[in-house]
Amino acid sequence: MNESEVYEKVVGLIKPYAKNQDALSSISSESNILEDLEVNSARLVDIVLAFEDDFDIEVEDDDADAIITIGDAVKLICTKIG
Amino acid sequence: MVTNDSRRVVITGMGVLAPNGHGLEAFEAALRAGVSGIRFYEELEELKFGCQVGGIPQDVEEIKHRYLPEEDLLAMNQAMTYTAIAGMDCWRDAGLPDISPDSEVDWDTGAIIGAGIGGLDTAGDKLIPKVLAKRVRRLGSTMVEQVMGSAVSAKLGGILGLGGQVYTNSSACTTGTEAIVNAYLHIREGRAKRMLAGGAEGSSPYIWAGFDGMRVLNTKSNASPELASRPMSASAGGFIPGSGAGLLLLESLESAQERGARIYAEIGGTNVNCGGHRGGGSMTAPNPEGVIRCVRAAMAEGGIQADEIGAVNGHLTATFADPKEIENWSKALGRSGPDFPLINSTKSMIGHGLGAAGGLECTATVLQLYKGFIHGSLNCEDLHPEIESIKNSVVHSTCDYDGKYIAKSSFGFGDVNGCIIFRKWEN
Repeated sequence: MNESEVYEKVVGLIKPYAKNQDALSSISSESNILEDLEVNSARLVDIVLAFEDDFDIEVEDDDADAIITIGDAVKLICTKIG
Repeated sequence: MVTNDSRRVVITGMGVLAPNGHGLEAFEAALRAGVSGIRFYEELEELKFGCQVGGIPQDVEEIKHRYLPEEDLLAMNQAMTYTAIAGMDCWRDAGLPDISPDSEVDWDTGAIIGAGIGGLDTAGDKLIPKVLAKRVRRLGSTMVEQVMGSAVSAKLGGILGLGGQVYTNSSACTTGTEAIVNAYLHIREGRAKRMLAGGAEGSSPYIWAGFDGMRVLNTKSNASPELASRPMSASAGGFIPGSGAGLLLLESLESAQERGARIYAEIGGTNVNCGGHRGGGSMTAPNPEGVIRCVRAAMAEGGIQADEIGAVNGHLTATFADPKEIENWSKALGRSGPDFPLINSTKSMIGHGLGAAGGLECTATVLQLYKGFIHGSLNCEDLHPEIESIKNSVVHSTCDYDGKYIAKSSFGFGDVNGCIIFRKWEN
């Protein structure tokens, strides 16, 4: 899976949790998950679980805490899946 | 804060999601026509329930997407969803301002939304299996907000932007009625201008199983669901579990008149009490003296005479307790035989909504008072012999009603009682 495929998948997994659905139309790697997409901070746990299930990876709590933007998530997942 | 105990409290909005209808128009039509919301459910048969019929609001999977965004629905169980739908309907029905995530907090409005059992669907389907599988870390973030006792009121408070006190009460099958009594007192004390109040209950087999295990559900009508809920009948063999949500918007008369709101009815008198598990009362049965005192205290609070009460919407579940309930009403009102007021049971159509029962049935009661009718009680053509003496008071098919009051009662495990006497609105 290449980086752009991972990106598309990540956006799809985050989409249901975005309170600001309008922001999805201008989403980019730099989009801040909490501030731009207005995801409830508690739901980051569910998003990380979705990453784990979908990409068949394990994300440590410290790694999860470092995910701020869409790009952060893509980078972490790409590292995990090699 | 200005305390004004003589403050009048009126009902200016209602919302209902019942097994036989969603929305006031559909619910009223179903009540008038005697439409049963009791259906057979294969899941209950597969799980080997004795009672395989129940009352579940229909088409909620479709309806909910018209009310709530996906992001909210990810963390909402049955009771929370039912509450949100009925609550948003109630808000709009009251003519209150449009709501959005950006709308202002309404500091003058609160909510008391009860649940009898609560989020057992979440616990049974998600929480417990994952914990037992040692997968706690896979539970995600949405468990607590769905299993916490206050789930139903907390979510609705956020959807509507309520800034007054928002909490969940729980008192078994008295829950919904108790919520409305508490909301009434809250407004009377001057603590809020408006309160949403009522009850909700989910439709999960986990919620209903304990009652099936107790042998208090009717197991003999699985092949004929619409005949299964038989309050006041000689062939009543237990209640039929129900679910849904029924909410009222209570408002101080002053606030209602200030904003020109439509008024459905006024709260005449209320009371909640407990029989103390004495005199025949227990965790599962009422002390008759408690019931009688509750009804009399509600009348006394509103300065209402027994002969002014023209109709009673009973608790009447279709268990052995129905004749006793009528005997208690008779003693409380000092009226028997042909002098007994009209009486019906909404549960004959929707089953016993447990924590939702009081909310659903108070909505039915206020609708009847406002629209001037008493709905027929289904499935009691073979009246129980012990209530034969009031046979002319039992309403079998919908009739007109122009009385000033209808009394509503709810009784619950724990020997708790609730009574509200609704008064027809007259300025």
